Amino acid sequence: MAKIIVVTSGKGGVGKTTSAAAIATGLALRGNKTVVIDFDVGLRNLDLVMGCERRVVYDLINVIQGEAGLNQALIRDKRTENLHILPASQTRDKEALTAEGVEKVLDTLSREYDFIVCDSPAGIEHGAQLAMYFADEAIVVTNPEVSSVRDSDRILGLLASKTRRAERSEPPVREHLLITRYDPSRVTSGDMLTLEDVREILAINLVGLIPESEAVLRASNQGVPVVHDMDSDAGQAYADTVSRLLGEDVPLRFHEYQKKGLLSRMFGGGRR
Amino acid sequence: MKLLEFLKRERKKSASVAKERLQIIVAHQRGERDQPDYMPMLQQELLEVIRRYVQVDQDAININLDSDNDCSILELNVTLPRDEQGRPG
Repeated sequence: MAKIIVVTSGKGGVGKTTSAAAIATGLALRGNKTVVIDFDVGLRNLDLVMGCERRVVYDLINVIQGEAGLNQALIRDKRTENLHILPASQTRDKEALTAEGVEKVLDTLSREYDFIVCDSPAGIEHGAQLAMYFADEAIVVTNPEVSSVRDSDRILGLLASKTRRAERSEPPVREHLLITRYDPSRVTSGDMLTLEDVREILAINLVGLIPESEAVLRASNQGVPVVHDMDSDAGQAYADTVSRLLGEDVPLRFHEYQKKGLLSRMFGGGRR
Repeated sequence: MKLLEFLKRERKKSASVAKERLQIIVAHQRGERDQPDYMPMLQQELLEVIRRYVQVDQDAININLDSDNDCSILELNVTLPRDEQGRPG
């Protein structure tokens, strides 16, 4: 039985797809058979971030409507063993995504994989609710910024009431907070919420903290999930996040402001 | 003197303003989270009934559902405006 993890946030542009791609890749790199599914029907982007956009033939909706088999739609990742991508449909409307169809797909995948990562669309409508409905765990991606934190709280409300686990009164979806685009220098100057602030307001367990990093854009430009760039702070922070998801106790990094010394300022001082 | 006070006054950091605002709005959101779906409609209709008799503002009515172990209490708070003689209405 696979563990189903939804990557969600409510607000758009906070780093859901980047995080889903990095975490799914990280899980596979650690030897877990992993599939990552794009639920953003009509606005698919996971394929781009994963670097497989030109290999998409069939998609989730094709499978649900019986126009293609699951194995025809799954794309094997070129760089990482044990990793597959199930893209979203770019053309159909979102209503083609049905709960019964999604359940069938997840049930089939569940027999073969260790982890199923669901990349949720932004918002709290149909697609987002379906992406979270069957989840065992949820990663709530949050920027240290007022609208993102408020929307994350809304999502926590939905996770507690509008999921299969909630409706069946099973043990609740395990919620994890993932703070992204964290800028320790702005936190130090008092112009950005601290990670303790965000954690205190949302009151859920922190699974990772990803610093604002040039490596993230560089990674999506190239279609290589940032977790492959282990020289970068963001790559290492995602690898730490994956370790914590797997139950390891890893100390938090990249949350303190390192003032640059004169030498590193003169000579650049390494990549970020 | 005023100038000195002005200079001594520390500017409130924007992050702490953000935190305070978020704590308030999130507490409010969580209050609504556990309410049944019919609460907004109920509030609206109650307000309409009250308005047939007394002119009250939209925000003069406050409705709350508290749940104890074995019973729920529907609490309704309406602030009535007073006329010149100090009588309600």
